[in-house]
Amino acid sequence: MNVLYLVAIGSVPEQAWEWIESATSEWFPLPIRRLPPVSIPETAYDPKRGQYQSVEMMKMLAQNAPRDAARVLGITDVDLEIPMLSFLFGQAQFDGPIAVVSLCRLHQEFYGLPAQDDILRERTVKEVLHELGHTFGLVHCSDSKCAMSLATHIGLVDAKAERYCTRCGMQLVEKFASREESL
Amino acid sequence: MKKNWPILVVDDEEVMCESMGAWLREDGYHVDTAPNGQNALALAKAMDYAICFVDLKMPGGMDGIETMMEIHHIRPEASIIIITAYATVDTAIQAMKEGAQEYIVKPCNPQEISMLVSRILKLKKLQSENAILRKKLTRQYRHHDIITKNPRMQEILALTQDIASLRSTVLIRGESGTGKELVARAVHFSGNRAEKPFIVVSCAALTETLLESELFGYEKGAFTGATAQTKGKFELAHGGTIFLDEIGDISPKLQADLLRVLQERRFYRIGGNQEVEVDVRIIAATNKNLVEEVQQGRFREDLYYRLNVIEIRLPPLRDRREDIPLLAEHFVHHISSELGKDMTGISGSALKLLIAYDWPGNVRELENVIERAIVTCRNGMLDEQDFSWLQTNTASAQNWEVPDVPLDDLERRAIVAALERKHGNVKEASAALGIDRSTLYDKLKRYEIVH
Repeated sequence: MNVLYLVAIGSVPEQAWEWIESATSEWFPLPIRRLPPVSIPETAYDPKRGQYQSVEMMKMLAQNAPRDAARVLGITDVDLEIPMLSFLFGQAQFDGPIAVVSLCRLHQEFYGLPAQDDILRERTVKEVLHELGHTFGLVHCSDSKCAMSLATHIGLVDAKAERYCTRCGMQLVEKFASREESL
Repeated sequence: MKKNWPILVVDDEEVMCESMGAWLREDGYHVDTAPNGQNALALAKAMDYAICFVDLKMPGGMDGIETMMEIHHIRPEASIIIITAYATVDTAIQAMKEGAQEYIVKPCNPQEISMLVSRILKLKKLQSENAILRKKLTRQYRHHDIITKNPRMQEILALTQDIASLRSTVLIRGESGTGKELVARAVHFSGNRAEKPFIVVSCAALTETLLESELFGYEKGAFTGATAQTKGKFELAHGGTIFLDEIGDISPKLQADLLRVLQERRFYRIGGNQEVEVDVRIIAATNKNLVEEVQQGRFREDLYYRLNVIEIRLPPLRDRREDIPLLAEHFVHHISSELGKDMTGISGSALKLLIAYDWPGNVRELENVIERAIVTCRNGMLDEQDFSWLQTNTASAQNWEVPDVPLDDLERRAIVAALERKHGNVKEASAALGIDRSTLYDKLKRYEIVH
């Protein structure tokens, strides 16, 4: 029960894995492994909205989680939704094992701009840290520079830094120190 | 902090409850979910939710509007947000009519809902702060916080309780510093108007025209500088009490205007042609002998009788000397903790001195004297020598040779001298003279002293 698993849901740009592995290994003192990619569950597609339900994706990840998984982070390139909200950058089980991040709205192309890898990398790292932070019990932070601050549009993602603030970082350290055995 | 504001999500679709709950939990809220109206009510009985998201359309049993009405019945303070998949004006209007605070169409933008939640909670925080402050204020001015063992004062306190919930006008008479405003507050905060405003107007501090616009407000363009419609103190006090201090000082024109408000509870804003109706209790106070003012023709008799429905006469401190030790102890304790000075009390000989003094400025003067003594005191106990200046003043006052001039001139000189000593500071000068600020302003006006 101590491995952080990363898994592609559908196809994900290859270079994203390097960014994600490097950021997660910097912040989380856990062995990090990649699972073989899985296809997007058919039940997730919402034809009315042309988007995918994050709850279905998370269910699928939970059902297929390896026994030694501390956390499972799904990465997808499709656009996520929940019934109440028009879109999501990602979602996590609060203080639970499953999280999912969508790269769809992190691409410059989504906003009609030319692709820019460095921007995609920054945004991906921020959102991965954000959703994994929730799985370790961090709530939204009032420091707009912190990865845990709530981003309701891409401008707010760009305003964040690729790191946790001191307070959230300390909370993570305490979490690992106190629950090392039972993450 | 956010955990103090629990949220309930009511929706028959499990995925909706689950995803909305998860999203709000990430923001730090405690979130419960219910799949139908019945479950929602059971939860609402057990938990004081700040916000309830309720889906408008729920099949079988209670629909969203019914659920909302029932929750509203159990938790009237909870803000209810109706969620619907289709925007129809009719249902929105119905929901708002039945008490929903907001109405949102799903799916909505994350920013929209995040702002909505924080806006509602900001309001709730203000409301709860307001309730706490009101409670504090009410406690502060309840009758038993007026310190006395004097039988006459105790009768007055009993009277304030008896008249607290009436609307009758009260006239409080008493020398400066006897606590007229404190008694007025005790009346207001003990009655059924306690939750409503208590507005103080010092009639002596303002000129006739200023006082008129203060009291009645004005319309835009009523005079130069009236750039917007402004409510007067009578309107601001609606539902509550207006305390008109130094009522004996108002001009004949304002006396007439005030009489009309007292008779009809309605008036015109300056420059306005629409009557404004108010429900206001009036408590007036004066240190003048209004009967004499009426006899001299300076105060309208009809207004006097309108104001004097219930009369309270506060005795000067020299007539309730038994309260001096109690008040002195109270002020030592209160002022020392405010100034952050560690004081153990006041010595017997010092108290003797205070009891013997005549206190022309009454309780306010006593408070000022104690404050001055605490500030200059070098050890933790106020002793006779800490009040030596008071003794000297008393002695010098007794031996003072009074110049042969009219009384008015004497008063004028005393005021000018006090202002000079205090470098023009009216607050300090009025404290030194043992009168309140509004009385000093009145006298400055009367003697045409420019400061």
